Amino acid sequence: MRALPDPGAPAAEEAGAEGAAAAETRAVETRAEGVTGRLTGLVRALRSHGLRIGPGETVDAAAALEALGLADRERVREGLAAALLHQESQRAVFDPVFELYFPLGRGVSAQEGGAEPDREALRERLVAALAADDQALLGRLAREAVDGFGGYGSAQGSDGWSSHQTLSRLRPETLLARVLAALRAGATGAPEGAAAFTDRLEPDEIRRRIEGFRERVRTEARRRVAERRGTEEIARRAVATSADRVDFLLAGRAQLDELRRAVYPLARKLATRLAARRRRAAHGSIDLRRTLRGSLSTGGVPMRPVLRRRRPARPELVLLCDVSGSVAGFANFTMLLVQALHDQFSKVRVFAFVNRADEVTGLLARGSADPAGLGARILGEAAVTGWHGSSDYGTSLCEFAERHLDAVGPRTTVFVLGDARTNMSDPNLPALRQIAGRARRVYWLNPEQRAQWSTGDSAAYAYAELVEMHECRNARQLGELIARLLPV
Amino acid sequence: MTTGYFTSVDEVAVRLAEAGYLASPAVATTVFLADRLGKPLLVEGPAGVGKTELAKAVAQVAGARLIRLQCYEGVDESRALYEWNHAKQLLRITAGRDESWDETRTDIFSEEFLLSRPLLTAIRGTEPKVLLIDETDKADVEVEGLLLEVLSDFQVTVPELGTISAERRPFVVLTSNASRELSEALRRRCLFLHIGFPEEELERRIVRMRVPGLDEVLADAVVRVVGALRAMDLRKVPSVAETIDWARTLLALGVGTLDETVVRDSLGVVLKHQDDVLKAAAKLDLDAV
Repeated sequence: MRALPDPGAPAAEEAGAEGAAAAETRAVETRAEGVTGRLTGLVRALRSHGLRIGPGETVDAAAALEALGLADRERVREGLAAALLHQESQRAVFDPVFELYFPLGRGVSAQEGGAEPDREALRERLVAALAADDQALLGRLAREAVDGFGGYGSAQGSDGWSSHQTLSRLRPETLLARVLAALRAGATGAPEGAAAFTDRLEPDEIRRRIEGFRERVRTEARRRVAERRGTEEIARRAVATSADRVDFLLAGRAQLDELRRAVYPLARKLATRLAARRRRAAHGSIDLRRTLRGSLSTGGVPMRPVLRRRRPARPELVLLCDVSGSVAGFANFTMLLVQALHDQFSKVRVFAFVNRADEVTGLLARGSADPAGLGARILGEAAVTGWHGSSDYGTSLCEFAERHLDAVGPRTTVFVLGDARTNMSDPNLPALRQIAGRARRVYWLNPEQRAQWSTGDSAAYAYAELVEMHECRNARQLGELIARLLPV
Repeated sequence: MTTGYFTSVDEVAVRLAEAGYLASPAVATTVFLADRLGKPLLVEGPAGVGKTELAKAVAQVAGARLIRLQCYEGVDESRALYEWNHAKQLLRITAGRDESWDETRTDIFSEEFLLSRPLLTAIRGTEPKVLLIDETDKADVEVEGLLLEVLSDFQVTVPELGTISAERRPFVVLTSNASRELSEALRRRCLFLHIGFPEEELERRIVRMRVPGLDEVLADAVVRVVGALRAMDLRKVPSVAETIDWARTLLALGVGTLDETVVRDSLGVVLKHQDDVLKAAAKLDLDAV
């Protein structure tokens, strides 16, 4: 790698002298350790988040920096992303880490004087900036906001900076009405018709802008904390993991939404992989009898081997899902995934249970138009709960074995989804044994980590003795398992 | 190493714009880097955001010949790389009956009998070239292995002729719709660029450039409605291609302003599923469709 010019020293001086002005510049801010150190630090941080980046890519990234120079930060960002990343999903990890290692300016702006700044004035300027959608101004306001309201400790910001505190004092989400009013006042020039229709879009547009501003504040606070505590520490902790690695059991609402959007791409990938596996499996072994019969015409020398032909059989799938509160996110995601894969199978039947089992295949098929409401609809329309609302595996398995066992045949693969937490009731192993006896294969996917199996009221290992149980904690694991376990 | 078509990021943006392709800063930066570092460019993104257009535009501004390899399931070496012209070889053997075997052998495996396919064409010759490998994800995994040699060293090995190295590197663009995960080895050899949906301002400029006759206020409204549609949870979100189609439709209909009736009647241009149309109509407060 060739040595890169190090503009770090002069740039840092500038930031120290007039911090407010540094916010204006678009140039990359670097510290004394030099660009190379910065870059390798960035790469190390990305690796610790599970991105696979080899030294070859790092060298490419350095060459990219050399070609681009450090004058324009957005270009540096895009150039590094192009050289280091391989997938769009990695961008969600890359951007926050980049913010930490190549921050926009450093330190605290000079105007901070200890006194509480004028909250109303700042809100007023924020309204104007949001109405105009002025990105540069919004960035500057985010810095000012963290300056004014984010610091905690005895002196202003002596102990740290908090985005939560900034946002709860500034409350940008309450500005919607005022921004709208500002927009209306400014837009008198537009002809009536166009204004009348697009007006209804405005609230949503402004909500998105406000969310963007909140994100800026979070980034700014994170950057300042990183300066105080060391970038590496924060890079490891404060950057959210990408959605497909988030534990199903810990995922928040937004992450589940994001996962749901990933269902169709994932299903398409799995379908291609399944089709490839089927194609390969269709080239069967050599049919000796027919090869020898064919060899008679060539004097007993088997010139053309005949392959055993396979009867194309589409496998059947039965899904048995625990939809009780604790694991509902996992179950819903898997149901949607299987539904999206339904054309790969001759028959897919889905059963849901909490403490009673009921078929929900129909609900799921109709539910593809509104995946978000699926969980609520299953709980509302299917008979999955009896007298109480807590899950009971024993009773549910028993009911499934009694009433729906005809769904399971010798060509059926059964997937049971759940954490095997029986609430201290009887796990009813004979019922599961009965199901396993009829089905071709039974797999159990457990969203808890293996270390927690059979702790407390979990009967995981008891079930695992009867059927194959796999740990399935996030979407990535689920994708891998499905690709491996689905019948061909 | 470099292909040497551009000297700065700004130049990329300006020249692509002259060719009718408005590049976002990310696109301009990455194209410049691909040119400067001489590495292939892997472009991913939803359908209709201009992945293939980008390769065409680069070819146009660089004055280069565009060579396109369209991938599909089952594309193989003889379609992608080279093939011996067997019929011609047979004719040659029949024509030269009294020649010795050695003479014939050296002759029929010469350049004259080699049918060059896109990958080999892109490497031979000194004229500037842009190689577009379209929908790489549709090809089988084996083809990726074939691409590795071409993309990392820009050379092709033909057993009978030896290794053919590029005299002048082509500018390589691979596109993918991510219907299959491309192998890590292939990704490592490329610069990665994801083209998403453009920012509102950029999309407005794209619409103005592509549909020049459209009233500016109307173009604004179109872009904003499409932006709102993208924020909804739809099965197929409208892409830039759909925005342009819609703008063209409105122009052809002679619509002056966007109002409820117009949107209701022409929503089918932008949305391709009936579920989506119903959902969008509900969210946009249109009356019953």
